[in-house]
Amino acid sequence: MSALTARAPVRPPRRALRPRRALPYIGIAVVGIYCLAPFYWMVVSAFRRPQDQGQNSALPAPWSLQNFTAVFKPAVGFQRALLNSLVVAGTTTILVLLIGTCTAYALARLNFRGKYFVLGIILATSMCPGISVVVPLLKLFTNIGFINTYQAMILPSMSFALPLAVWNLTVFFRQLPFELEQAAMCDGCTRGAAFRKIIIPLAAPGVFTTAIITFIAAWNEFIIALSMVNKKEMQTATVSISKFTGAYGFDQPFGTQMAAGVVVTVPLVIVVLICQRRIIAGLTAGGVK
Amino acid sequence: MTTTTEPDVESVEAPARKDIQRSGRLAALLLSPTILVLALVVGYPILWGIRESLYERGQGLDEQGFVVQGDKFVGLHHYLDIFSGPNSSAFWNAFWNTTFFTVVTVSIETVLGVAMALVMHQAFRGRGLVRASILVPWAIPTAVSAILWRWIFQADGVANAVIHSQVLWTTEGFHAKLAVIIADTWKTAPFIGLLALAGLQLIPQEVYEAARVDGAGIWHTFWRITLPLIKPVLLVAVLFRMLDVLRMFDLPFVLIGAHKESVETLSMLAFDEATNLRYGSAAAFATILFFYVAIIAYAFVKLLGADILGQVREQRKPQQPRRTPKRVPVRQEATV
Repeated sequence: MSALTARAPVRPPRRALRPRRALPYIGIAVVGIYCLAPFYWMVVSAFRRPQDQGQNSALPAPWSLQNFTAVFKPAVGFQRALLNSLVVAGTTTILVLLIGTCTAYALARLNFRGKYFVLGIILATSMCPGISVVVPLLKLFTNIGFINTYQAMILPSMSFALPLAVWNLTVFFRQLPFELEQAAMCDGCTRGAAFRKIIIPLAAPGVFTTAIITFIAAWNEFIIALSMVNKKEMQTATVSISKFTGAYGFDQPFGTQMAAGVVVTVPLVIVVLICQRRIIAGLTAGGVK
Repeated sequence: MTTTTEPDVESVEAPARKDIQRSGRLAALLLSPTILVLALVVGYPILWGIRESLYERGQGLDEQGFVVQGDKFVGLHHYLDIFSGPNSSAFWNAFWNTTFFTVVTVSIETVLGVAMALVMHQAFRGRGLVRASILVPWAIPTAVSAILWRWIFQADGVANAVIHSQVLWTTEGFHAKLAVIIADTWKTAPFIGLLALAGLQLIPQEVYEAARVDGAGIWHTFWRITLPLIKPVLLVAVLFRMLDVLRMFDLPFVLIGAHKESVETLSMLAFDEATNLRYGSAAAFATILFFYVAIIAYAFVKLLGADILGQVREQRKPQQPRRTPKRVPVRQEATV
């Protein structure tokens, strides 16, 4: 909103809303509807009663939470799936940030030979298709008994999360005022102390944004979680939702799936909306998914 | 446009020779964990996958009728199978599907994304709202969006209700491809829009004013000024989107299903082979996909000059203090 007030004086004041002026607003509305309509449909479908599922009305006729209670029935095991997702995505994010922050600091701050080579390598690994990593690791993990464990999902997840985090952090760190650090070092701080006392507090927002982006990427991961796990108790939420089965064999329980989708998505959407400015800065800086 | 002119701080940085050497050691220390992890979770699997693709899992019987244990070296057998042997029809189908999805979805997404960016750039009110809504498709897990679209594309679902038709979207056929394209476009066109918008906001207003003074029309301005100026940003966005579609797995897998000829991609094929314990041919498929991706990435960087390292290199150049306020704003937040 502050952006609006800042921009307002730039535009010449015009009272009458002529058709040409209205065009951008129509465009905005179209973009908004384009982005939100399917999501809206998921939410609406989640709140229908199971017997109303076939309805195509814009709002659920009687609102109902039956789909949500169905999701959290013990037989479905969705709580466990959410916990698994949280463990996998959370651990991946923490590990990646611990390793990635150091590396990004070096890449953003230090001068050394082969810097662009290292950056290129890191970026190249992020382009590598997931399946090329999954197939060999699947065989390896089968042999060493890693299948159905958290580490079997966390380790491969780092293959895409680490380049993503390092890249984002490097771009963020490049914007830091490093002369403050130099000033601290002039005042007798060691490099380590300067890093701790000056850079970390300044870098916190960038690290936080990267954490969100990495977490979302790890949370949304599918093929690794699908390959490395064949026990229901170890499935992550995304895999679990895709494997929901209806009470009667073939009919797919869409109502329950939509409710589960809402449960998985809405927290992310809320976090994303709260931090949208920073996330957009991160995404446009990253260029990587 | 709020162009932030930053005081030139980069020029202060004039590191002494000794500092560089100390930095080198520190850098090695700080870089090694990342390099190590990437070598373990990316480098090693890819190399191992290439080796694996030359072996066959011991599952046959020898002349005496004993089960042969261990892997058997079969050379390029799997590759021959894939390119001209029994696996070739499945492979070429998946290859064309993958290529088709890549070309079509990325083209549509780029056009739509640029259009969205132009719309968002024009509008001054409601920009915050639309910027928020544009992040929603991005934040939804692909698997969940696939189920959502499967639900929309049901026989009696809302898609058919809206267009008054009876298309069985999720069955075999061209409409299944269409369903995948629509679902993928929905999820990722806004993302390209976001990147393109960031590019648009770096174009100084003066350029447009100059064009208007010279009598350029809207169309002319777009082709001659806007597009060339956002090309660097767009190239990188398109490259990353292409690499993403080339490895597409979860969307067709969940939206249409496994073993569906019309949407099977290379990733799905490799996954299928691996889950059937045919690691050798799975690894061969994965290796082929890897090189396909590598070639496209290389072509983009070398031939089209997609500057993927631009974000970090840009500020490395020693910037001469300039009086013109047209320098690229360094801080992203200030511009969005």
